[in-house]
Amino acid sequence: MLTLAPLIHCLYAAESLTESVAAAAFSRVGQRVLHVDRRSYYAGNWASFTFSGLLTWIQQHHVTLLIKEAQDWSSLLEEGEELIHLSHSDCASIRNLQVFCFTSEEDEEEEAPNTTEEETGGTKETGEEEEEVREEEEVREEEQTTPSAALRQSEPTKKKISYAQLLKEGRRFNIDLVSKLMYSRGSLVDLLIKSNVSRYAEFKNVTRILTYRDRQVEQVPCSRADVFASRQLSVVEKRKLMRFLTSCVEETEEQRAYNGRPYLEFLRDRQLGDNLQHFLLHSIAMVTEDTPTEEGLASTRHFLRCLGRYGNTPFLFPVYGLGEIPQCFCRMCAVFGGIYCLRHSVDGVVVDRDSNRCKAVIDSRGQRITCSHFVVEEGYVAADRKRVATPTRFLSRAVLITDGSILPSDSDQQVSMVTVPPIAAGCPAVKMVELCSSTMTCMPGTYLVHLTCQSVGSAYEDLSPVVTRMFRTPESHDQETCPSVLWCLYFNMTDGSGLEAEGHNLPSNVYVCSGPDGDLGHELAIRQAESIFQKILPEEDFCPPAPNPEDIIYDGDNTSSSAGGEEEKEENDGVAEEEKQEEEKEMLEEEKEMLEEEKEITDM
Amino acid sequence: MHGRVKIKSTAQQEEEKRKEREKKLKIYVAARDACFSKRKEGIWDDEALQLTQQLLSSNPDFATLWNYRREILMHLETVKDEDEVQKIYEAELSFLESCLKVNPKSYGSWHHRGWVSARLPRPDWARELSLCDRCLSLDDRNFHCWDYRRMVVKMSGVPVDQELGFTDRLIGSNFSNYSSWHYRSTLLPLLHPESPEPPSPCREPPHSSPPPSPQTHSHRVCEEQLLKEYELVQNAFFTDPNDQSAWFYYRWLLGRAEREEMISCVYVSRDEERVAVAFSRPVNAQSVGLLLVLDGQPQRVEWRSVHPRFKHSPVWICDLPPGTISDITNEHNLTVHWTEKHTHRDCALYTGRTESWCRDSATDQELFRSELSVEKTSVLQSELQSCNQLQELEPLNKWCLLTIILLMRALDPLGYEKETLAHFQTLKEVDSMRSAYYGDLCSKFMIENTILKMEYAEVRVFSISDKNLTTLCHLDQLLLVTHINLSSNQLQQLPPQFAMLQCLEVLEADNNSIENLEGVYHLPKLEEVLLKNNKISTLADLQPLASCPKLKRLDLRGNPVTQTANIESELAELLPSVTDLLL
Repeated sequence: MLTLAPLIHCLYAAESLTESVAAAAFSRVGQRVLHVDRRSYYAGNWASFTFSGLLTWIQQHHVTLLIKEAQDWSSLLEEGEELIHLSHSDCASIRNLQVFCFTSEEDEEEEAPNTTEEETGGTKETGEEEEEVREEEEVREEEQTTPSAALRQSEPTKKKISYAQLLKEGRRFNIDLVSKLMYSRGSLVDLLIKSNVSRYAEFKNVTRILTYRDRQVEQVPCSRADVFASRQLSVVEKRKLMRFLTSCVEETEEQRAYNGRPYLEFLRDRQLGDNLQHFLLHSIAMVTEDTPTEEGLASTRHFLRCLGRYGNTPFLFPVYGLGEIPQCFCRMCAVFGGIYCLRHSVDGVVVDRDSNRCKAVIDSRGQRITCSHFVVEEGYVAADRKRVATPTRFLSRAVLITDGSILPSDSDQQVSMVTVPPIAAGCPAVKMVELCSSTMTCMPGTYLVHLTCQSVGSAYEDLSPVVTRMFRTPESHDQETCPSVLWCLYFNMTDGSGLEAEGHNLPSNVYVCSGPDGDLGHELAIRQAESIFQKILPEEDFCPPAPNPEDIIYDGDNTSSSAGGEEEKEENDGVAEEEKQEEEKEMLEEEKEMLEEEKEITDM
Repeated sequence: MHGRVKIKSTAQQEEEKRKEREKKLKIYVAARDACFSKRKEGIWDDEALQLTQQLLSSNPDFATLWNYRREILMHLETVKDEDEVQKIYEAELSFLESCLKVNPKSYGSWHHRGWVSARLPRPDWARELSLCDRCLSLDDRNFHCWDYRRMVVKMSGVPVDQELGFTDRLIGSNFSNYSSWHYRSTLLPLLHPESPEPPSPCREPPHSSPPPSPQTHSHRVCEEQLLKEYELVQNAFFTDPNDQSAWFYYRWLLGRAEREEMISCVYVSRDEERVAVAFSRPVNAQSVGLLLVLDGQPQRVEWRSVHPRFKHSPVWICDLPPGTISDITNEHNLTVHWTEKHTHRDCALYTGRTESWCRDSATDQELFRSELSVEKTSVLQSELQSCNQLQELEPLNKWCLLTIILLMRALDPLGYEKETLAHFQTLKEVDSMRSAYYGDLCSKFMIENTILKMEYAEVRVFSISDKNLTTLCHLDQLLLVTHINLSSNQLQQLPPQFAMLQCLEVLEADNNSIENLEGVYHLPKLEEVLLKNNKISTLADLQPLASCPKLKRLDLRGNPVTQTANIESELAELLPSVTDLLL
C-alpha cells in the first residue's frame, strides 16, 4: 500500500475529529490522503469503546510503555535534510486513571451484609495514591479488590446488575472518552448537513435539560412547551422567563451597558428571582458567576438559536456514541479515495533545511513517505516545538454505569444534559450527560453517565464529591432514592483548548491539531479543521455536498477520463476505484434520515 | 484534477430529469385512459384495482379514480367471502397509508380511508388511532386527520377520559393548537358535568352504544375541574400571552350557560290598543305558538315584528281588535303564553291607566354579565387578579386587556367603568387594526351601563350623550323608554332595531353622523325628533319618519338635506303632521 507514497498530498498522523474532518475535506476535493495511526482503533481520544474495549484501553494505559530508543534513520535522509523526531506515546494525554466497581462480581445471590468500612478504606487508599501517573500496580490491585469488596457490601433490595453481566453485555456499551453534545445549530451539525456526511449516522434528541440545585435534580424548562408544562415555576415566573428569553435574542442598548460586568449582575437586575437566575446562568448560558454579560448573553443566544430545530432541547447526540462522528468523516474520506493505516506510526518528519518545509515522513518501519503537507496531532509533537498554555490544562472525566436515571420520569429513555454548578467555592462546574440504552451506548437497564469539568485536582478529586452526592456509592449516605453506581472510571485528559493556533516551531507545511477540549460543543475541532484546509487549499470549497449516487459518472460511462494519468494512478484506479464505487453506491443509498428530518422541520 | 469523483453537470441532470418526467407522463396518461375506458365498460376487476392504485399512488387527489375504486370494492364485497373481503380492505388500508405519506392532507385519501374503515368486517381501531397519532405528531393541525380521528373515536368508543389524556399530551407538546383545546372543551362537559349526575359512561365497552355527543349535554363543567382548567390555561397564556388559542379556551371556560328562554316583558297601551312582547332571544312569533289571552279570552291577533326587515326579533307587537281595551274605566288582565316553551307572562291594565307593563329588568336578569360566567364571584375575582398580574408584566397585550375588561364586566360593570374605558383606550392604540371593533364593543358596554343606571333610577329616560358611541345595541331593553338622548356620539345610523322603542316620544340625536333613519319606523308615540348637525342628505332618507303619526317637531339644522330646493314644501308634503320644523 505504501508504494502509493509519492502521490500523497496530505498525510495525517493520529486520528481525531479535527483530522478526520480535514482529511475528508481534502479527499472530497480530490487530494490524495494517507492517514496513519499508531493505535489499533479509530478516533484516538475521541474513540468509543465497548465495555471490554474500554477495559483493554485502561490496561494499555496502565502498562508502562517501553520507550523505544529513537532509531537512527539518518541513512534515509538526503543532502540538506534533517529529521524532527516525533513522540511515540500518547499516554501523556491521559492520566490519573482510576476504576471502581461497586457491584458484585458474579451474578450470585446476596451474601451476608457486612460493614462497608473496608470498602471505603480501600477507596480512600487508592484515592490518595493517584497523584502518581500510571501507578499500575496499585490500580491493578484495586481493580481486583474492589469487586470483592463490593460483594461484601450490604445488598440493596433491588437486584443489582453484576459485573459479570456488564462484561457479558459489554458489546452493548459504546463508551466515549470525550463527552460532548451536538448543538443543533452548531458548526458540526451544519457541516454534517452541508457535506451529506449525516447520511452515515443517526441522531437522537437530548430530551431534557436538568440541573442540580439544593441537593435536588430539577428539570430546566427551556422550550416553550417546557415552560408551559413546568410545575416548579409560578405563572409569573413563566412569563418573566419567556420575556427574558425573547428579549435577549436581540442585542439592546440596555444589554451593552452591562458589557464587562458579570452576567449574574445583569440577571439580578432583571429581577427574575433565584429560580430563573439559576436556570439562566447555569443551565442555559452554562457559564459561571463571574462570566461577563456579553459572553453570557452570546451563550444564551446560541442556546436559544439551537432550540426547537430538532426537538425540545438544543442538543443532538449520535446513536452509538460520539465516536461515530470521526468515523463518519473517515468514511467520507475513504469514499473519495483516502487511505487508512492503523497500528502504524510516524517516527519523524524530514525537513528540507533551506525551505524549512516537510518533504516526507519516516514511518516506524523505516519507510520514507513523501508528502506535500503533514497534519499531526499535538501529542506527537515534542513539548519544545509546540506552543501550549502553561501549565498544561487538563479535563477531569468520569464515566459511570448506573442502574437508574437521576430523575426518573414516565419514560425510562431520556437523554439528559445535567448542569451541576460548583458544589462549593473553588470547585469546578460539572457538565454531566446521562445516556439511556436507546442511544446504543449502554445495556438495557443501565444508564451511562459522563461527567466533565476543567481540572482543579485529579479527576477523582474533582468529580467524586459530585458522584457521591448525586448517586449511591459505598461512600454516600442516606441516598436510598438515588441511582446506584455499578462501575466507574475516573481519568484526566489534556485539554485541547490549551494548544495555541500559531507559533509552533515546525516547518510551514506541518499543521498541529489539538485533542478534545472541554466545551460542550464541537466548535474548536471544526474551526481547526476548516482553518487547516483553508491554509492548504484557500481556493477550494470546504466539504461540499457529496453527490447523489445517480449523479456520479462511472468509468464505464466515460472511458477516456483516465487518459494522460500517471502509470501508478491508472493501475490503482483499476482496482481501488471499482471497490470504491461499490462501497460508495452502498453507502450513498443509505437512509438520509437526518436530512429528511431537517426537511420536515423546514416544511412546517 | 485527477482522483476527483466525476459528477454529472446540472444540464445533464436536468436533461435526465426531463426525460424521466416525460416517460412518467406517458405511463400516467396511458393508465388513466385505460381506467376510464374500463369504467365506462363497467369492468370491476383486479386489473382495474391495480391500475387505479398505480395512478393514485402518484396522485392521490384524483377523486374519480377513488370513486371507481369504491365501485370495484363494493362489487368485490358481493362476490368474495368475509375473510377475503377483510384481506382486500386491509390491503387497501396499507395502500392508503402510502398515499398519505405522499400527501398527508389529501382529501381523497382520508375520505377513502374513512369509507374503508367503516366497511372493514373486523376493523382494527387501535391501529387507526395510532396512525392518527403519528400523523398528528408530524402536523398537529392536520384537520383531515382530526376529522378522521373523530370518526375512529366514535366508532371504537374510546373512553372520554382517555381522549382527555390525548388532548393533555397534544397541548403539552404544543399549546398553540386550537384543535386540541377545542376538543378538550367538548370532552370536559362529558367527563365532569356541572350537575351532580353520575359522570357519563367512561368505561363503556366498545360498540354497546356510541358515546353521547357533546350537543346532547350541558356545556358546563363542574367547578372543581374548572379550577384545574383555569390553572392549565393560565400556564399557557402566561407562557405566551400572544397565543390566541389559550385565550379563546379561557373565554369558553369563563362563559356562562345560555340564558333561559322566556318572555321578558309584556307591554300594553290603551291608546293604541296595542300589545308589545319582548323575548329573551330573537324569535319568530308567527311560528313559536304565541297565544294572547285577554280577560280569559284567547284573542285572534296578528303578530308582527317591529320592522319588516326582521323575520326573527326579540320584540313583537300586535293590535287588539278595536274597542277591546279602549274604555279607560275598565280593568283588563292580559296573559301571553309561549306555548312552545311552556312559559307565559301576565300583565294587568288597571282602571284609569293608559298603559301598563310587566317585565324582568336587565338588572334582575343579570343580563349583561352573561357573557362571562358566574361560577362564583370569588373565582372571577381571583381570575381578574391573575390577569392583572399578567397585565402588569405585559401592559400592551391585547388578549389580556380584553379579558380583564370582560372579567370586570362580569364582576361589577358600573364600579369598573372608568378602568374599562381606560383599557379600551389602550386596546385601540395597541391594536389599531381593530379599533372599530373595540369602539363597537365599548359602545355596547356603555349602553349596558346606561341601562343599568336608568333602571336603578327607575326612570324611562335613556341618556347617553358624548360617549363615543359607534353603534346601538340592546334596543329591545329600551322598549319602555320615552325619552332618548344620543347626542354628540359617532352614530351613523338609527338601525331597524330602533323601531323596538315602542314608547318613544322624544328622540335627541344631535351632533352625530347619522345618514340613515331606517329604524325610526312606526313609532306610535314619537313627537319630537332632534337631528341637528348630522349627515342626512336626501328627502328619501327622511321617508321612515312619515310612518310616525304623531311627529310634530323636527330639527334638521346642519344637515345637507336642508340645501335641497323646495325643501320646506317637500317636507310639508312628506310629513304633514310636523308643525315645528327647524331647517
